[in-house]
Amino acid sequence: MLWTWPTSRHGSLWSELDRLQREMNRLFEPFSGGQGGSGNFPAVNIWTGADDALLTAELPGLNPDQLEITVKDNTVTIRGSRETEPLAEGESYLRQERGTGTFVRSFALPFQVDKTKVTAQYQKGILQLTLPRAEADKPKKISVKAG
Amino acid sequence: MAETALSKSESQAPVQTERAQQTPVFTPRVDIRETETALILVADMPGADESSVTIDLEGSELTIRGTFVPKAPDGYHLTYQEYASGDYERSFTLGDTIDRERIKAVVKNGILRLTLPKAKAAQPRRIAVQAG
Repeated sequence: MLWTWPTSRHGSLWSELDRLQREMNRLFEPFSGGQGGSGNFPAVNIWTGADDALLTAELPGLNPDQLEITVKDNTVTIRGSRETEPLAEGESYLRQERGTGTFVRSFALPFQVDKTKVTAQYQKGILQLTLPRAEADKPKKISVKAG
Repeated sequence: MAETALSKSESQAPVQTERAQQTPVFTPRVDIRETETALILVADMPGADESSVTIDLEGSELTIRGTFVPKAPDGYHLTYQEYASGDYERSFTLGDTIDRERIKAVVKNGILRLTLPKAKAAQPRRIAVQAG
């Protein structure tokens, strides 16, 4: 366990609070066109395991080629954009709720990432990054000898 | 006319009725575009695929649902959370101008794309003028 966080014990309560917070953010900070910053779009979850972390992001309808993922030391950055579908002659939007524009998000992990082993997968509109902990950063086990 | 053709009726089910499961239900965000021959509805449903999305048409009410069980990766625990996973549900009332027999749906990359063709009678037509 790399981080201690109360989520494991009070999972449903925290996730419910987070969901509420997200809904509030959604109301007050709509993610919309072309401003560079993106608030908290895309929404990200981070899972930690014994020797690595998984970062998942909700990015429906994205062309994976338009995603740029960079890793430096302990920081991973996701950049990309989601475009409005161009309207053909005589077409019009009746309703437009889905966000468009560019986004950048960076996350600092509690360990150094081995950037040569990072993998990324895009499935069903969800991006998943596997971020292995660098060998040099792993804790060393010290055995205790009875004197 | 177009506004009433797809007037909104948000899914109230999570509020009015109790659900057996505790998973949250989300209202997917949608874009609706009108072309000459159809309405195109695009809905964000990350995590859903063609096997988990259902589309039901009852009378004039069209309901899109995405139901799936979010799976936690084995051997990992969630240390930071900005989004929850759950079901999607949203209903729309179709106007009479939509041809119900030819509705098409495609799911790709977590996006549902519905094509709701307009009935022939509702499509714009030009009437040829003949010299008398």
